Amino acid sequence: MKPAGFTYHRPATVDDAVAVLAEVSPAGKVLAGGQSLVPLLNMRLAEPEHVVDINRLSELAYVRADGDAVRVGALARHADVERDAAAYAVLPLLRETLGYVAHPTIRNRGTTVGSIAHADPAGELTAVLALLGGTVTLRRAGGERTVAAADFFTGPMSTCADAGELVTSATFPVPEGRTGAVWTEVARRHGDYAVCGTGVVVTLDDDLRVAGARAAYVSMGPEPVLLDLTDAVAGAPFDDADWPAAGRLAAGRLEPDDDIHATAAYRTRLAEVLTARALRAAAGRPSVVA
Amino acid sequence: MSEAMYEVSLVVNGVPRSATVPARRLLSDFLRHDLELTGTHVGCEHGVCGACTVLVDGRPIRSCLQFAVTVDGAEVTTVEGCTRADGELGHVQQAFRDCHGLQCGFCTPGFVTTITAYLEENPAPTEDEAREAIVGNLCRCTGYQNIVASVLRAAELRAEEVNR
Amino acid sequence: MTTRSFGEPIARLEDPRLLKGEGRFLDDIGHRALAAAFVRSPHAHARIVDIDVTDAVGVDGLVAVYTHDDLDGRAGEALPVLIPHETLTHGRTGFALAKDEVNHVGEPIVMVVATDRYLAEDACARIRVEYDFLPPVVGIEAARDAGLLVHDDVPGNVSAHMVQSRGDVEAALAAAPNVLDLDLDIERSASTPLEGKGVHARWDADDASLRVYTSTQASTSVRAALAARLELPLDRVEVIAPDVGGGFGVKIVHPWPEEVLVPWAAIRLGREVKWTEDRREHFVGAAHERGQLQHVRVGFDDEGRLLGLDVTVWHDNGAYTPYGIIVPIITTTQLLGPYKPDAYRAEFFSLYTNTVPVTPYRGAGRPQGCFAMERTMDAIAAHLGLDRTVVRERNFIRPDEMPYDQGLIFQDGRPLVYDSGDYPATLEKLKKLVGWEEFAAFRDEARAAGRRVGIGIACYVEGTGVGPYEGGWVKVETDGSVVAATGLTTQGQGHKTAFAQVVASELGVPVDRVAVTTGDTRRFGYAVGTFASRAAVMSGNALAAAARKVRDKALRIAGEALEADPRDLEIVDGVVRVIGSPGGAPGASIPLATVAVLANPLRYAFDREAERATQFGGPVDFSKPPVAEGESPGLEDTGFYSPPRSTFANGMHAAIVETDPETAEITILRYCVVHDCGTLINPRIVEGQIHGGVAQGVGGALYERMVYDGAGQLLNASFMDFLMPYSTEVPVIETDHLETPSPLNPLGIKGAGEAGVIPGSAVLASAISDAEGFAITRMPISPSDLFSLRLARESR
Repeated sequence: MKPAGFTYHRPATVDDAVAVLAEVSPAGKVLAGGQSLVPLLNMRLAEPEHVVDINRLSELAYVRADGDAVRVGALARHADVERDAAAYAVLPLLRETLGYVAHPTIRNRGTTVGSIAHADPAGELTAVLALLGGTVTLRRAGGERTVAAADFFTGPMSTCADAGELVTSATFPVPEGRTGAVWTEVARRHGDYAVCGTGVVVTLDDDLRVAGARAAYVSMGPEPVLLDLTDAVAGAPFDDADWPAAGRLAAGRLEPDDDIHATAAYRTRLAEVLTARALRAAAGRPSVVA
Repeated sequence: MSEAMYEVSLVVNGVPRSATVPARRLLSDFLRHDLELTGTHVGCEHGVCGACTVLVDGRPIRSCLQFAVTVDGAEVTTVEGCTRADGELGHVQQAFRDCHGLQCGFCTPGFVTTITAYLEENPAPTEDEAREAIVGNLCRCTGYQNIVASVLRAAELRAEEVNR
Repeated sequence: MTTRSFGEPIARLEDPRLLKGEGRFLDDIGHRALAAAFVRSPHAHARIVDIDVTDAVGVDGLVAVYTHDDLDGRAGEALPVLIPHETLTHGRTGFALAKDEVNHVGEPIVMVVATDRYLAEDACARIRVEYDFLPPVVGIEAARDAGLLVHDDVPGNVSAHMVQSRGDVEAALAAAPNVLDLDLDIERSASTPLEGKGVHARWDADDASLRVYTSTQASTSVRAALAARLELPLDRVEVIAPDVGGGFGVKIVHPWPEEVLVPWAAIRLGREVKWTEDRREHFVGAAHERGQLQHVRVGFDDEGRLLGLDVTVWHDNGAYTPYGIIVPIITTTQLLGPYKPDAYRAEFFSLYTNTVPVTPYRGAGRPQGCFAMERTMDAIAAHLGLDRTVVRERNFIRPDEMPYDQGLIFQDGRPLVYDSGDYPATLEKLKKLVGWEEFAAFRDEARAAGRRVGIGIACYVEGTGVGPYEGGWVKVETDGSVVAATGLTTQGQGHKTAFAQVVASELGVPVDRVAVTTGDTRRFGYAVGTFASRAAVMSGNALAAAARKVRDKALRIAGEALEADPRDLEIVDGVVRVIGSPGGAPGASIPLATVAVLANPLRYAFDREAERATQFGGPVDFSKPPVAEGESPGLEDTGFYSPPRSTFANGMHAAIVETDPETAEITILRYCVVHDCGTLINPRIVEGQIHGGVAQGVGGALYERMVYDGAGQLLNASFMDFLMPYSTEVPVIETDHLETPSPLNPLGIKGAGEAGVIPGSAVLASAISDAEGFAITRMPISPSDLFSLRLARESR
């Protein structure tokens, strides 16, 4: 299991990186943390002609949090995001979700933006970005664009990014209003990809009644699935809503596949149960009801 | 057609080392075969087993999922660097011996490096934390019972060292 | 008194070098060797039409490309059926490189040698093999139906059909007041050591000799096999098992194709060649185990006593039978466990499928047998409304019935006679440890809180220490240190420590003065191998025998030097002395080091120690030759141990599980083990063996399965999807011991290597059944599986 040969590029700036990508497009592959890419290379399931290593782009190694959003640069490792106190203060969901992403050693190297650019349907951060209505910023030679998560993910392992584009950052907006967010999942082993995972955001009105309930799922479809479950619980008091009804609503709208670890029926049941559990927990977060 | 070669220089266990390798040379192979530091083991080459874990600039990473050229210039600590300056077993290594934390010893280097870094962040783990600390590493021999004990023992030995 | 280390939980002698990264595993050897890689079949069943290597020729660093056509002489013959058996009427093996046909994904077809592994894989990727596809046989049902054949000349896909019986089962079943039928299913798993296989070979053309390092459990037999295959005199071949990163059975098979090919290429090229198996290769190019379908028909009285037990097993042996039919033989003989049905009949069909060959994995057929028997015990208890431990107790062989003849022939071809064991006492200990009687209260409490919990139990008897023999060699060096060697190999069992404890205790020296070598044919040429929990029994006793001879010799020589009767002498802390003279009166003691010097009369004084042994080194009795008649020079000797039959260890496990009513997740709350492996050499090492075995048992019960699709592709050939447990999946393991020494060997040892894994699936199936209120009959079980079972019951 040794990777095939490739032409290696090690740009020192983002400008250089996008120039190289443009030059080698579409035969280039961006290497950041490598935690998803290198296994594919080692197994020779991917054999790009060019590898563009962005590990020298220190300008992208940032986590910036303000009241509105957490912005993560393409070279911020999962561990950097996880440990960032300011990011945790405004958006605890990120740290809590990252705890489910593989193991600490992987998170030390893997990048949050890399996992989003990889668009793995089992990737937790992909779903969180979709859940929060986040955006992705892409740079190409001579230009930059920002794309909503909903438009960015176009299918399993595929995004709207062009071969000559570099995803430079992802922005996770802080949910507005009286909201609580929770991630939960069931995996076969600790740190494995989820059999079913869900992140939810519950919004309460000032009477502490449910005004909104959204959920995003991993491993439940070819790309992150986003559902609005408000109808099932709208107007109910936060501590007495019929969360199982929201779970049933979600279950009825998800169409997962069988795989070697679980049947579609089991995944659907998990979605039903986990949705209800997560919504209940999100609505009851002290910061929400305070 | 010959591959382009890159000179990669690392500070490994405090010693500057370098070798000239193709870009696709994995850090694990670089350490093992170019620098002949064979303490770092390779168990899966897809980042799951953790046997190849080394510390790069203090943080544990999978050396089978990095190209050596990517980490050019970094400081690397391998299991060989987890011994004491006098060559005796370091606190994590000693704990494994005290607790029978290893059997075949193949996965052990990855545990030793992982735990060494972990204790820097959490010097006094509970038993549950000790179990969590090693969750990214596979061992087929021990059933982990004595590795968990080794984490706790290593914390004790480390505290003794620090307090001395 | 001498510090007697035997029986003490001392720290392992092998640990410091392993912990410092100074171990030498296969891939740590030969940095300048050429690297081999293989083109392996991507198809489960196909004829090879053409192999085109043209595109590979230009690859940088390419040294050689070999196909079956290149294999000259015996290297090109089919690989051996290592353990023939009269019922193995249709044994089949592959070739080192496939000849004409491939029968499983992963079978090697082309060998590439290049200057490094990266380049060798580059060349492999450019080799085109053209196939004529044949329909694959996948799964036991398909093999049994025999609509398609794996091997054209094997009717029904049956490699072996065997029946063993004791008593008249049909009559017993006909007369039984209660009869139950069970259909059971266990899926495939695999040994999966963290280090795969690997071979390094160096041909010395000047010396016409071959040195091979291989990550094996049987170096002496690899040596013999290589000498035969490569047509070399045995004494020109040496085989060494270096540090081996786990075996668990898969490395007992030999010669693997690569074990033949790497040395063959090294000779042909006159260069060092190395192959290190990668993880993907190990999944498809090594061996699996466990897969069986079973039918049990059991007759019992109203007290739950076994009257007749009739078992049929359909065993998946994969594409080939290189290790014979040991696994199903063990399943059908060890199935009986601690019980004594009045009549027993076991029949098995060993079936070919187009999948990776099946050879022993820790437990070697016992986990399946234990599963069948223990599921049956639970079924009887459920049928009669009896406590599950009561039914078991009523069927136990009693201690006063030992030795107990089960009336069958065991895997070693010898009668299945249990040597010793106290099963009622083991059960009592287990019930106390797990709190069997108190569980009902816990269950009620949990139920009231909306939780679902269950308790399970499983018992086993394990035939250990099978023959034919092992040997040991012990030598006292002139500095007083002791070197010892045994031919069998080590894969993490702590042999260097345990055997040092045996030798040190027999000889009367401190344990850290004893250095043991294993698995190196240069040091000891006669051996069988490490499997079947036999190393401690076999090599332990052999080394003890050798050490006793050395001790006797030391006392003889010391007796002459001290002018004392050897019977009045003892060896304490490396000093021979008159019994009971600890202070060491002048002339009453002599260091073992000096005895070693005296034991080897010399002409040349090459060092100071040697000077004392020369012909002019001291007073000489001219009436005697320097080396006494019947003696040999040196304070060393060799001993062998060959048992009349196997020893039988036993144990019982209990587990408490919780199953989530909503998500069907399965959590082990407690896992308790009581085991009896006879005398313990090092309790800490034994405990470690139990831990590791239990972890593999838990893996096999709840996580690990080899998932093939209908085309014969292994869908989870990676650690991502083959779910070996991490620390968070293995429960805390609580243990207790019994020591019933075996009467069959001087040390009373029974062996403990495999024990922990055996009842894993049985005990967890028992506990989950108890929690769920219906019988689990198929293992492993995932939450998704449990959910499906619940759904099926609800819709019934």
